[in-house]
Amino acid sequence: MVVAIAMAVAAGLIGSFAVMKRMSLAADPLSHVALPGIGIALALHIHPVFGAVVMLAFGALLVWALEDRARATTESAIGVLFSAALAVGSLTTKGEDLIEALFGGAGALSWSEKLFGVSVASAIVIFILLSKNSLVMMMVSPDVARTAGVNVRRLDLLYLEAFALTIALGLRYLGVLLMGALIIIPAVTAKRLSHGLSGMLWISVTLSVISTVLGFGIATRLHREAGPIIVLVATALFLLSLFARRPRSGD
Amino acid sequence: MATPAVVSAGNVLEVSHMSVNFDAVAVLMDLSFNVPKGSALAIIGPNGAGKTVLLRALIGALRFSGTVRWTQGVRIGYVPQKLDLERDIPITGVDFLSARAAVAHKPAADFSSVLTLVGIPLEVARQPIGTMSGGQFQRLLIAFALVGDPNVLLLDEPTAGVDEPGQEHLNKLVRRLQKNQGITVLFISHELSVVYQNADQVLCLSRARTCFGPPRTSLTPDLLREIYGTEVSYHVHDN
Repeated sequence: MVVAIAMAVAAGLIGSFAVMKRMSLAADPLSHVALPGIGIALALHIHPVFGAVVMLAFGALLVWALEDRARATTESAIGVLFSAALAVGSLTTKGEDLIEALFGGAGALSWSEKLFGVSVASAIVIFILLSKNSLVMMMVSPDVARTAGVNVRRLDLLYLEAFALTIALGLRYLGVLLMGALIIIPAVTAKRLSHGLSGMLWISVTLSVISTVLGFGIATRLHREAGPIIVLVATALFLLSLFARRPRSGD
Repeated sequence: MATPAVVSAGNVLEVSHMSVNFDAVAVLMDLSFNVPKGSALAIIGPNGAGKTVLLRALIGALRFSGTVRWTQGVRIGYVPQKLDLERDIPITGVDFLSARAAVAHKPAADFSSVLTLVGIPLEVARQPIGTMSGGQFQRLLIAFALVGDPNVLLLDEPTAGVDEPGQEHLNKLVRRLQKNQGITVLFISHELSVVYQNADQVLCLSRARTCFGPPRTSLTPDLLREIYGTEVSYHVHDN
């Protein structure tokens, strides 16, 4: 459970900036890139998470390189390349492994997986907390951030890599597809409910953790996979937020 | 790209043979000019002449050929013309200023003096930036630049979207910062009366030609007609 909560905190934080950066839909195509990595890793008898991490890191690098080009070109390229990655992944990964990679699997985590989960989640949380001011400036205007001394291109790459790693974190619990949802949905809900930055970050993290803990609890009682239930809880919280009014001042 | 070489004494910026191309289209061609420390340079020209491109190239946001030399220890405050912000982005004006203060390793918390300087009430600065009016956000961007304690200000039409009294207030503020604090100002403006009043030098950009020099001697009616392709009327204040 500690690993799951650490993962949820990282997802809540990284998702807040993803939503503000208007890349809510990027999680889905980027997550497809993990599949060929999983397939190749399984064929080579390496841990699938390792293959996923390598391919996701490469995918983030690709998005970063394409961002330099015109927006339409980037979107088209992401659409084509990442759909191709899904096709390659489907060919290289066996049916059961593929479903597990997409939607998460059962089974207890090994010590190495737990260590990986907690260390990567901690690294992501530390990165976001240390870089949040630079990220805020970059979200508002990369040019303004640049004159404030921020290395915008490097920060953008680090953020995209952290985003990709967060997807990799959820591989064993939720699968890459559902992890994308856990990154985005609590952050979208938080954006509706918050007035300022700290409120957004706190609400997003809290909702992400609540969705994870509650999702696990319900899944255990119903003897179901946790991943889909976690995402459904996050979605239910979003739907509830539609009835709430956005605060006008203060958090 | 910007070269960290030594600039001549008295200059804050030296640009030589700068060209910017977007694919096959040349936006700026072989541009050369110097900006003395503490002076005000106005950049004028019709839409599409490359004024914003020039400022973005100067801050290193665009690739260019030629050389750009800033003096050592330069701290640039950049105020862009228009930003495409989502209305519900959960970042308040105070969040934005706090981020700038934190990156500059300055104590945050009190922005009242800088907000008073640009004419924004604290209640407005506590609102999400997406809900601010164009004029309020423009003033916030100037406040943001000032939090970084700049010695050079690059202003891309700083009074665009600001109401008439606000424009006068901001023009006076920029003039005061230049005169009292010795801040070098490079500003883009479409208002020739403001250019005559505030600029020591003017750089005009157009497809037809470029010019550089003091406004009163450089901006002749014939030259303005050539740059804008039409008659340009303006009022020159004597003071």
